[in-house]
Amino acid sequence: MSAYVALSLAIIKGFLRDRASVFFALVFPLMFLVLFGGVMGDRAQSKVHLIEVGEVGLVDDLTGGAREAFEETFEIDRSPDLAAAVAAVRKGDADVAIEMRGDTLVAHYTQTDQVKAGITQGTLRAFVDGSNVAASGRPATYSFASEAVEDDSLRTIQFVTPGLLGWAIAMSASFGAAATLNGWRSSKLLRRLQLSPVPTTTVVAARVSVTVAIAFVQTLIFVGLGVAAFGLRLTGAWPAAVPLLLVGTLCFMSIGLLAGAVARTTEGAVNMANFIVLPMSFLSGSFFSLEGTPAWLQAVSWAMPLRWLNEGMLDVMVRGEPAAAILLPLGVLAAFAVAITLLAARLFQWETT
Amino acid sequence: MGAIEVVDLAKAYGELRAVDGVGFEVAEGEFFGILGPNGAGKTTTLEIIEGLRRPDAGSVTVLGERPWPRNPALLPRMGVQLQASSFFERLTAREQIHTFAALYGVRPARGDDWLEHVGLVDKVDTRVADLSGGQMQRLSIACALVHDPEVVFLDEPTAALDPQARRNLWDLLSSLNDSGRTVVLTTHHMDEAEVLCDRVAIMDRGRVLQLDTPRRLIRSLDAPTRITVAAGQLDQGQAEALPGVERAHADADGLVLTTREPAVVLARLAGDGHLDGIAVAAGTLEDVFLAVTGREYRP
Repeated sequence: MSAYVALSLAIIKGFLRDRASVFFALVFPLMFLVLFGGVMGDRAQSKVHLIEVGEVGLVDDLTGGAREAFEETFEIDRSPDLAAAVAAVRKGDADVAIEMRGDTLVAHYTQTDQVKAGITQGTLRAFVDGSNVAASGRPATYSFASEAVEDDSLRTIQFVTPGLLGWAIAMSASFGAAATLNGWRSSKLLRRLQLSPVPTTTVVAARVSVTVAIAFVQTLIFVGLGVAAFGLRLTGAWPAAVPLLLVGTLCFMSIGLLAGAVARTTEGAVNMANFIVLPMSFLSGSFFSLEGTPAWLQAVSWAMPLRWLNEGMLDVMVRGEPAAAILLPLGVLAAFAVAITLLAARLFQWETT
Repeated sequence: MGAIEVVDLAKAYGELRAVDGVGFEVAEGEFFGILGPNGAGKTTTLEIIEGLRRPDAGSVTVLGERPWPRNPALLPRMGVQLQASSFFERLTAREQIHTFAALYGVRPARGDDWLEHVGLVDKVDTRVADLSGGQMQRLSIACALVHDPEVVFLDEPTAALDPQARRNLWDLLSSLNDSGRTVVLTTHHMDEAEVLCDRVAIMDRGRVLQLDTPRRLIRSLDAPTRITVAAGQLDQGQAEALPGVERAHADADGLVLTTREPAVVLARLAGDGHLDGIAVAAGTLEDVFLAVTGREYRP
């Protein structure tokens, strides 16, 4: 068995037998994927809960296709009591209450959930317009159809998967490098390896190989689960994400090396890596989109390597950009990796006291 | 030519002169001990010889090669055990030694042989974290020797072990140079150096104070022998009147006679029938340390 294979095996066994590491690398991020992609994604699709107060002819008289369309959007309850219905809306038990005041359809809705408020207003207005047209007996001059630009799907999973994957890889790569550098230094295993005939490059190559392998397993599980369970649809140039993940992994390993070089204890090193990666994940749009955030926040986010990784992945995995879209993120991540590794090498000391 | 030659070694950390003009030679096949209290400069000296540190001054050759800078031609001929237990996390004893075997390009079976030799056969599938301190040291020694090196360095292999485990390890350690291998060991246990080492360098404050065989070091000290006889056999006055006895005093075990002529005193005690509960304590390396540094030994 070659030294490279033996070292890689030793590292991978050490990783797989450490439940906490496996949990934080694989299970923990998946919990977020299920939470964001499954639970929250479903809510965006759920029907609008509508309470019909008294007789609303406009709704009651709908027939055929129009009725079907209406029931696809709204889940309809009936209530004779307007005050009770409005109270239900206010409490969030229902999304909208409608009543007729003469010829006017009045909708009582809440702005708490802006998406549903938007759907409610838009749909009701469309039905009123449609009914007006029908009442006038003239065919409509204009009609409206909407289509989302993002691969015919606006589903949350499309945007959540690459970002959460970026966060997951940032965590496992940086934690692994931090724990290895710091732990091996304090157990003097680094010294011991220095006194074996194995070149340093072989030791580094083994550690990098294992981290990259873990990153690809994370990717397989994330994308696999996304496609199989949550309807994730990858766009054409998605294989371009592979080199991006590779360089991204190296970049976050360098952050782990920095934490491992500076911290005194292994726990301290992992905590420091987390302290860097977690805020960075928020600022890089891993958990929520940065669309519509203030300009200064946008500017800050582009100083984060994770933002570049996330954007590169979004481009080729879900936005349908060509493979060339990864070139700039790739270059930025590589530059971060080199600069941070050099900094870590400068700050590294054999003795921690 | 010696297996190891150290000339005028010096290493300072800021104001602290950790190693200050150390020189010695270790012969091939010799069991050489570096003895001294913590902070004496033992580990720094050893790490310079191994090639982990660059000396500020002086020179080192190991098997005719220079260990600094990192010398890949020398490394396979050296075995090292460092002060901490340097293992891969969460691997079993067998996996550890197989990994080290692979680092040196040695067949895994050699590792299994060594596990047997150090008495860890029933612990092969135990992870290192679950081994006792003594078992960990045995594994660590086995990992240092898996490639059958010509020179082996052991940095305080018995530190942090209880006295029982320490003595258990001595059998293993004393067999390490049986096949002509050179062994260099640091320790802060006087008795250990006395039992194991062919020659001992006593270090304190970065300098070698004495260097010789343990026997000769003790003899050169001209330290008195203490003979203890059970209480009630003779009183202090009688004891001090015996020829050869310098002084006598009572302690918890009985009456302690101090002498530089133990043969004369023992013959007399035997003739008078006072041998009941007798105990004889010759000088130890600890006395040597006290004599050369002028202070109590504190490990």
